[in-house]
Amino acid sequence: MSVVTNTTTIGAIEAPSRRNTELALLAFAVAIPVFAYLNVGLAIDGEVPAGMLGYGLGLGLLASVAHLVVRKFAPYADPLLLPLATLLNGMGLVLIWRLDQSPRIINRYKTFSPDAPSQMLYSAIAVAMFVGVLLLLKDHRVLQRYTYISMVAALVLLLLPLVPGLGADVLGAKIWISVAGFSIQPGEFAKIILAVFFSGYLMVKRDALALASRRFMGLYLPRGRDLGPILTIWAVSLLILVFENDLGTSLLFFGMFVIMLYVATERTSWVVMGLLMSTAGAVVVGSTATHVKSRVAAWLDPFECLKTAPEGSNMAAACDQMTQVLMSFGSGGILGTGLGQGNSDLIGFAANSDFIFATVGEELGLAGVMVFLLLYGLIIERGVRTALAARDPFGKLLAMGLSGAFALQVFVVAGGVMGLIPLTGMTMPFLAYGGSSVIANWALIGILIRISDTARRPAPAPAPSPDAEMTQVVRP
Amino acid sequence: MNKPLRRVAIFCGLLVLALLIRDNWLQYVRADELNAHPKNRRVTIERYANVRGNIIVDGKPITGSVDSKDPYYRFKRTYVDGPMWAPVTGYASQAYDANQIEKIEDGILTGNDDRLFFDRTLSMFTGEEKKGGDVVTTLSGAAQKAAFEGLGSNTGAVVAIEPKTGKILALASTPSYDPSSFAGYSAKDEKAWIALENDKNKPKLNRALREIYPPGSVFKVVTAAAALEHGKITDIDAPTDTPEPYNIPLSRVPMKNHASGCKNASLNEALRVSCNSVFAKLGDEVGRDAMIETAEKFGFNAEQFTPVRSAASVYDKKMDRGGNALSSIGQFNTATTPLQMAMVTAAIANDGKLMQPYMVEELRAPNLDVIKRNEPEEMSRPLSQQNAQLIQTMMENVVENGTGGNADLDMDGVKIGGKTGTAQHGEKNAKRPYAWFISYAKTAEGSPVAVAVIVEDSAGTDREDISGGGLAAPIAKAVMKAVLKSRS
Repeated sequence: MSVVTNTTTIGAIEAPSRRNTELALLAFAVAIPVFAYLNVGLAIDGEVPAGMLGYGLGLGLLASVAHLVVRKFAPYADPLLLPLATLLNGMGLVLIWRLDQSPRIINRYKTFSPDAPSQMLYSAIAVAMFVGVLLLLKDHRVLQRYTYISMVAALVLLLLPLVPGLGADVLGAKIWISVAGFSIQPGEFAKIILAVFFSGYLMVKRDALALASRRFMGLYLPRGRDLGPILTIWAVSLLILVFENDLGTSLLFFGMFVIMLYVATERTSWVVMGLLMSTAGAVVVGSTATHVKSRVAAWLDPFECLKTAPEGSNMAAACDQMTQVLMSFGSGGILGTGLGQGNSDLIGFAANSDFIFATVGEELGLAGVMVFLLLYGLIIERGVRTALAARDPFGKLLAMGLSGAFALQVFVVAGGVMGLIPLTGMTMPFLAYGGSSVIANWALIGILIRISDTARRPAPAPAPSPDAEMTQVVRP
Repeated sequence: MNKPLRRVAIFCGLLVLALLIRDNWLQYVRADELNAHPKNRRVTIERYANVRGNIIVDGKPITGSVDSKDPYYRFKRTYVDGPMWAPVTGYASQAYDANQIEKIEDGILTGNDDRLFFDRTLSMFTGEEKKGGDVVTTLSGAAQKAAFEGLGSNTGAVVAIEPKTGKILALASTPSYDPSSFAGYSAKDEKAWIALENDKNKPKLNRALREIYPPGSVFKVVTAAAALEHGKITDIDAPTDTPEPYNIPLSRVPMKNHASGCKNASLNEALRVSCNSVFAKLGDEVGRDAMIETAEKFGFNAEQFTPVRSAASVYDKKMDRGGNALSSIGQFNTATTPLQMAMVTAAIANDGKLMQPYMVEELRAPNLDVIKRNEPEEMSRPLSQQNAQLIQTMMENVVENGTGGNADLDMDGVKIGGKTGTAQHGEKNAKRPYAWFISYAKTAEGSPVAVAVIVEDSAGTDREDISGGGLAAPIAKAVMKAVLKSRS
């Protein structure tokens, strides 16, 4: 009698790998952007765009390579993550290409060059990065070894833009470094590396943080020495905010840390403390830094602020941009104007990076924006599900940290452009133009796929038990 | 660790939910407000994105569109004889929005009107470029030309109406402006706009519809109508028992007459020589409320929509007896637009039936289908047919034997009736008076045209020579002649 039967309580039943589901979904994820591309071409020039074949093949090729690698090296991975990322990346390319066609943007910037080809190149590099992650990272637990190295690396990356000569100040935010003609946003990579550090650190310290605390006014207050790291992170995020003028990144890091701390310790007190500290930091910086101040003014009432702000000031520019973005969304209405038929290029500067979501809002309307938000929501949901399914605490923390950071980034960027919260200069993952962003996010998806593969991999078959025969149900 | 994980998952869900709610708020609740925001250039961009429809007079467009290849506003508006037609078309400027017909019929002209939906859908399938529809006006090119050239360098306005239908035939205002000069948004357009804004002669003001003037003696026909309608006069040739001089009620100021022979003059005679005393006394006898009633039937105290909105002419509702007596000769608070006086004349010429004045004949889709045709519509009956014909007799007397001789056309089978007016205004009448003339032509088939002319300030004319008969009547004559000629 075979060991594996339906009657044994412990069975190594072959779990479905869902690779074919992934393949089918990927077909949609490639076809939809190709049709969108056709749509833009027909709307703007009235003819089938010349690059459609090359573009479709390119995206299809990237998707197939990624799929084959997943099929071979992570066969039990979550089947949704790769198609979702491909779809968003593909739609991002279409939107960037659409803005490339805008005569207004071409007119406005004398040294204009289209961004879609470079974004295609970045996407290729990003998928290579994704493949690299899956090939090199056979088991995510390996990352635990690099806890402290990660910390140092993350800090270095975060502080690089402050190094004179290396950092580039682009309209008030010092979040870029330029190396050999390329500008990189180190914050995007720091996000992942910090998640690795937090997971490693918290996995070790979680008991100390959770249990060694005193009760005070209904809250568990941690011991002073355990408070050290959280204070350090708070200070670092404040430093970023003050010196790099980057509200988004500091919010992202701090939020990610609080989430992971809460998951690791299961103590609500950490959340309360985190909220208090971030509020304190935001208030202090918000009332001192002019850059942040003008964004808060633009958030509260952009149309009013446009009237009161002095002409040509930073504040007037911020408010003007905010009004343009809001009008973009408003003009989209429920169904949008149709791809290629809106006027979101009136936003001008950064229309295809920080504000690309406004183009979605105007040209695809409320319906389109909701679809995009739900696509992001699905990625987050699959990430959290991976965290729930992961069997080791490090994997749980890492998956939660990465998907939490992803959720926060989506919220901060989309909330910023929609005027829900003050604007911060971050990029919409996969959608916005920018190499660092797309590469880092593909790497993030790679790690999540690796963790989900480990989590969903069926438990190895139990060793044959010599007593098995004895306990079999006797059947006729 | 799974319990806090689930909670964080809920938190992430709430973040996405917050975004979804915010998006609905922005794109559903606030969409209209943001879309119509004055800062939103999309409305203007859309207005000039396609070839704009035209405004048509006598079958020929008086507007046009040129492709400027501009990345923001592709087509630019041009105007044929801009200054002459500006009071009719209004302007459509990329930088300064639009007004009058260009604004009111914007939906048709841009092709965005819902009534053009099928047309748009059809051209979407045939692959044709989207085009705007046309606005066909009731105006007559010849009449407009006569009016505009008649006014010449004077400040003033002319309105001509076809009394039978209410169709506006001419609508001129001087000094005028060329709407082409600021149709774009370049520095040159801005300069032209600012120069027009700062011009103390107010060329952008549509005097025919939007300026109210003291009517002076031309208002006497309204008083005559009120007296006849309310039974104060039954025989227009009977003496009126008017003293000379006549003392205004509640005042010790005697009313002077420029004309002689006003003592006990009959209504017919009083209108012929324009006696102030007779009409002031008549207005007092009719009484304020009855005067208001007749004036309002003629259209006073209300804005008119042609569809371009006019200012409301005024016959004061709260003045005392003395004020009413003065108002009855077109002084005191009485004020009227040239359109209003043309309506009064048209009602008299049309035997007492006042037709709603209008200037848009029909709206046409790009494929020439008629979307909407305006039919003549009766507005009110300010006076009976019999009384209207009595006033016609008197007005024809004015032209044949009185102050309106300059309007006589000497055409067979055409009777001309008119009334002059010289409106004093300003503190102690110190400013140069306004010269008014209202008139109509009448043939056996009824009246084809009624005109109101005002010449505000006549540079180069001696003060003594300013009179309705001298300055305004020849313009009215030219306009009537142009209309009659184009009919024959």
